[in-house]
Amino acid sequence: MPVIVLSLFFTFMFIGAVSFGGGYAMLPMFERMIVETHGWLSRSLFIDMIALSQVTPGPIAINSATFIGFQLTGVMGATAATTGVVAIPVVLVGVASKYMDDFKESKIVKGIYTGLRPAFVGLVLSSAASIVTDAIIDWWGLLLFFVLMGLLWIVKLHPILVIVISGIVGFIIYG
Amino acid sequence: MQTVSLLTLFRTFLKIGAFTFGGGYAMIPIFEREFVQRYGYIKEEEFGDVLVMVQSLPGVIAINFAIYIGLRLRGIKGAIASAVGVALPSFIIIMVIATFFFQYIDHPVVAAIFQGVRVAVVALITTAGLKFLKQNFHMQGIFLASLTFVLVFSAGVHPFFVIVGLAFLGYVIFMTKDVIARDRA
Repeated sequence: MPVIVLSLFFTFMFIGAVSFGGGYAMLPMFERMIVETHGWLSRSLFIDMIALSQVTPGPIAINSATFIGFQLTGVMGATAATTGVVAIPVVLVGVASKYMDDFKESKIVKGIYTGLRPAFVGLVLSSAASIVTDAIIDWWGLLLFFVLMGLLWIVKLHPILVIVISGIVGFIIYG
Repeated sequence: MQTVSLLTLFRTFLKIGAFTFGGGYAMIPIFEREFVQRYGYIKEEEFGDVLVMVQSLPGVIAINFAIYIGLRLRGIKGAIASAVGVALPSFIIIMVIATFFFQYIDHPVVAAIFQGVRVAVVALITTAGLKFLKQNFHMQGIFLASLTFVLVFSAGVHPFFVIVGLAFLGYVIFMTKDVIARDRA
């Protein structure tokens, strides 16, 4: 088995083990390990990958793991990354399901979440901040950003529609 | 308790995996409809407890949920059938898309479209962050959120250490408050 396949498995296992909060809260871990530590994707491709995960069904973490693994070593890499990201959580769910009542009342879980809930805010916003210079490259981009924020926040447009609109506008501005 | 076949588990999760956009949180109401309301495999109250558990543990919410339901209804085999079912559609769809994506991303039209799409990604993530912020809009929440942001983004500390550190800090804060509350009582 190529070394890269093992490296994919263990990297994603590490990401999966501390990926609390799901979806966007996991992005800083992904970005640090995939873009910075291993250089498996450039930052712009990383952003494109998030967009692709949004417009396809399924959880972002599974989509991302499959995308990165497949891009590196095909089906084998995709399998290694995807099984890696769920390996530790799956065992934890198995254990926790036997102690549901203790879990519900656990002061440790409540305590940890006193810190993690606000941490998610910081994690999600820092992942937005770290991609902003690659995503918004001129004044048109900044204008588009505020329009899209309005559509999401005020009009409450569906995320997929927002992505479609941004693609059309991108084609007009940059095409 | 009704017994459910492995095939039914696999098929139900496959369907959810194939048709739910927007990740784990978007899947929760569908899980509830399929497993609580439609088939009655899981009671409403248990569903609530499971939800708390799968969201408190690390990992992918949809997979965690599939593992729990599978284990609970059909043991290890059920867990495998459910988890593979919910992940398989993403797995296949992403591989197909990735194949085309890398062939065409350098084409000027595709590159222009994605330059626009990247702006939408920033907007989507920012919106998610602001929604989380609204839920934590008190002194302690804002302080811990800012601390996380500064450590990860400005200081470049590895998110792993920040997550573990904040979990520990949260535990200390919670226990301290707990002790103070008990002293008063």
